[in-house]
Amino acid sequence: MKPKFAMYWASGCGGCEISLLEIHDQILRFAEVFEIVFCPCLVDGKKEDLAKLGDGAIDLTFFNGAIRNQEDEDMARLLRTKSRILVAYGSCAMEGCVPGLSNLSTAADHFEAVYLKNHTTVNPEAVIPGSRSEVAEGILSLPVFAASVRSLDQVVAVDYLVPGCPPEGVQVEKVIETFVGGSPLPPSGSLLGAGERALCEECPRVRNVRRPTRFYRAHQQIPEEGVCLLEQGFICLGPATRSGCGARCPRNNMVCIGCYGPPPGVDDQGAQMIAALGSMLDPGKDCDGEVERTQRLDELFSGIVDPAGTFYTFSLAKSMLGGKVGR
Amino acid sequence: MKRISIDPITRLEGHGKIEIFLDDQGNVANAYFQVPELRGFEAFCVGRLAEDMPTITNRICGVCPEAHHLASVKALDALFGLTPPPAARKLRELLYMAFYVTDHTTHFYALGGPDFIIGPDAPPAERNILGVIRKVGLDTGKQVIACRARNHEVIKKLGGRGIHPAAGLPGGWSKPLTEEIRREIEQTARENIDFALFSLKVFDEIVRKNPIYLELITSDLYLHRTYSMGTVDPDNRVNFYDGMIRVVDPEGGEFVKYAPEAYHEHIAERVEPWTYLKFPYLKKIGWQGLTDGAESGLYVASPLSRLNVADAMATPRAQEHYEEMYDVLGSGLTTKGRRKPIHHRMATHWARLIELLYAAEHMLELAIDPEITSPNVRVTSTGVKNREGIGSVEAPRGTLTHHYTTDERGVLTKVNMIVGTTNNYGPIAMSVKRAAEQLIKGGQIIEEGMLNRIEMAFRLYDPCLSCATHSLPGEMALQVVIRDSGGEIIRTVTRGGS
Repeated sequence: MKPKFAMYWASGCGGCEISLLEIHDQILRFAEVFEIVFCPCLVDGKKEDLAKLGDGAIDLTFFNGAIRNQEDEDMARLLRTKSRILVAYGSCAMEGCVPGLSNLSTAADHFEAVYLKNHTTVNPEAVIPGSRSEVAEGILSLPVFAASVRSLDQVVAVDYLVPGCPPEGVQVEKVIETFVGGSPLPPSGSLLGAGERALCEECPRVRNVRRPTRFYRAHQQIPEEGVCLLEQGFICLGPATRSGCGARCPRNNMVCIGCYGPPPGVDDQGAQMIAALGSMLDPGKDCDGEVERTQRLDELFSGIVDPAGTFYTFSLAKSMLGGKVGR
Repeated sequence: MKRISIDPITRLEGHGKIEIFLDDQGNVANAYFQVPELRGFEAFCVGRLAEDMPTITNRICGVCPEAHHLASVKALDALFGLTPPPAARKLRELLYMAFYVTDHTTHFYALGGPDFIIGPDAPPAERNILGVIRKVGLDTGKQVIACRARNHEVIKKLGGRGIHPAAGLPGGWSKPLTEEIRREIEQTARENIDFALFSLKVFDEIVRKNPIYLELITSDLYLHRTYSMGTVDPDNRVNFYDGMIRVVDPEGGEFVKYAPEAYHEHIAERVEPWTYLKFPYLKKIGWQGLTDGAESGLYVASPLSRLNVADAMATPRAQEHYEEMYDVLGSGLTTKGRRKPIHHRMATHWARLIELLYAAEHMLELAIDPEITSPNVRVTSTGVKNREGIGSVEAPRGTLTHHYTTDERGVLTKVNMIVGTTNNYGPIAMSVKRAAEQLIKGGQIIEEGMLNRIEMAFRLYDPCLSCATHSLPGEMALQVVIRDSGGEIIRTVTRGGS
């Protein structure tokens, strides 16, 4: 009997599903090895059918998307119970991703921005969609919008994590190989489909050329070819990001925005980036006293306008920062 | 009162739900198409740096990130007061044409096409991409896959990444195009034109020559007389990247033509308590509920509506096919000499193939443009020049608008987005209700037929709820649960997906 496979999306963009199409014929091999029992993007299946399965009846489940509402959470719990191996696939499930930036505002802020104070919304009666509403013919329900976005492992125990927004095709192939190749599985809790270094180690741009004297925002300066973007003063998250994608963005003259999450041994991507900046910037050497040093530091850091958004674009939900203070 | 819940269980699981209420006679009293998810980009983008928006808003949708990337970058051009060098504009368009080719191809062959190519009443197990390949031949199947792959490669080379491009900047594009890659892209564009012509031939032979399918296209089941919206160039021809927004009334008269920056004077959105998605409508007509006609502000933004608002296609071969479609399905000219709009929603599939051909032809025009390899692809700026920037493109599923307001540092203070599928929320809900009304009468329910025909009612819009909420468009399995007034389930009908 073939081992059973399931795939589910919670709150995500669909890019993780598309990433699986990028591995072409290898997906067929995967389909040969596994019996797909639940996969809303490929085959028939229903929550009730899933609930009827015995505990641990599914051998392997890929879960993508973050936990945004009550339904996402219910599905995460159900799939954990039914799955022997549960994989957080992609940045949303692993660490909250861009939707995790949601945690910098409250649920009420969200409703206000979308339904009340909006350029095109005409809503004189201040209607806000709710979990239960009465219409002429009966009652309609919607899943409850949660107070914050959570990663999968903030809700249930997870066996493996696959980083990337979305995971790069070449890495997806390695992830699939892990499960169809016949070798013993890596220890529980491992990251799959990722490098073991910081992104800078696979970036072709030359480093140790200069120290940044100021920071530039993307619109302000055209980067020099072949030279480290961070050293040119662009906030490139390379030192605080795990390798594995092949440094695609820096190769395209764009900064790394950190979609592969923190490098090995680092829990908090933003803290790591701040540490990396700290070690690069040295305003003290040819400074004339404390006043000038402070002034230079102020100037430098005035170039970092949205530290939470810049350093935690993908990992806010999972970070030590977590979200807005006092929430 | 009886109640029917249609829970789309694949591809729209948890992200699209239909509730149908029956009256005492067993007829449809009302149908609600609910969108049960909200992610709230408009809220959490506040506080972010404006120039980060092209990469942030990619993550609205993994199916059409290219559309968000470009709408965003155009909003930034406006915000920073920058005009991109000609090569940058052309590179953006070139990437966009490659994207349109893959997106429309996928819809025709894998998602919408099976209903026609295999037939609406064929067993569901056959009505999928594999069934299409069996019918049109394995070689065609290989061509479809090859088309997707070669255009994906173009997107990767121009945008830096295969999914979620990283190349758009205010005032330009991150990297110039080399002559070597240009040649590859030129070749791809030529293959795309052949492929688009071939696809129109498939449509002609399999769909148009079959009276059953032709009747389905022209059936009242999928007829809605609404306003149409689309972007046109200065000659009123279809344009995906830039132009004026034109709206024509159900009779074909120009209702309004406006610059995308004025969108909020023309579009308003309605909030209903039972769904997280808002309903856009024409502000000057007003909200009349989910009804069609010239008195209702509902409009459609789709491949068909784009052709309805235009006077012509901008490339020669697409123009030939455009004329042919209006000759076959149109109803003559208005008093002002415009082609009257086609309201049979199933014609959207044909319109999509004409757009596929246009995208391929325009891709070739761009690929052989000597300016496209210019090294000059960016201009810079010290900061925001205006506090407000609005950018708009035609996404495959409708007009897409991004609207940013910032403080003096270029930090976002307000964000509004109206995405392709959202434009069509009202019409989709209406089409679903219409299909239900005609298929459920006096308590009699056509089982399999009803499920697929209701599904077809919104599949023709190629709804990408990834954008509106998130989810992949496409074939889904359905379950209809019929409950009596006490909520007791009296019957369950299911239909499997592909």
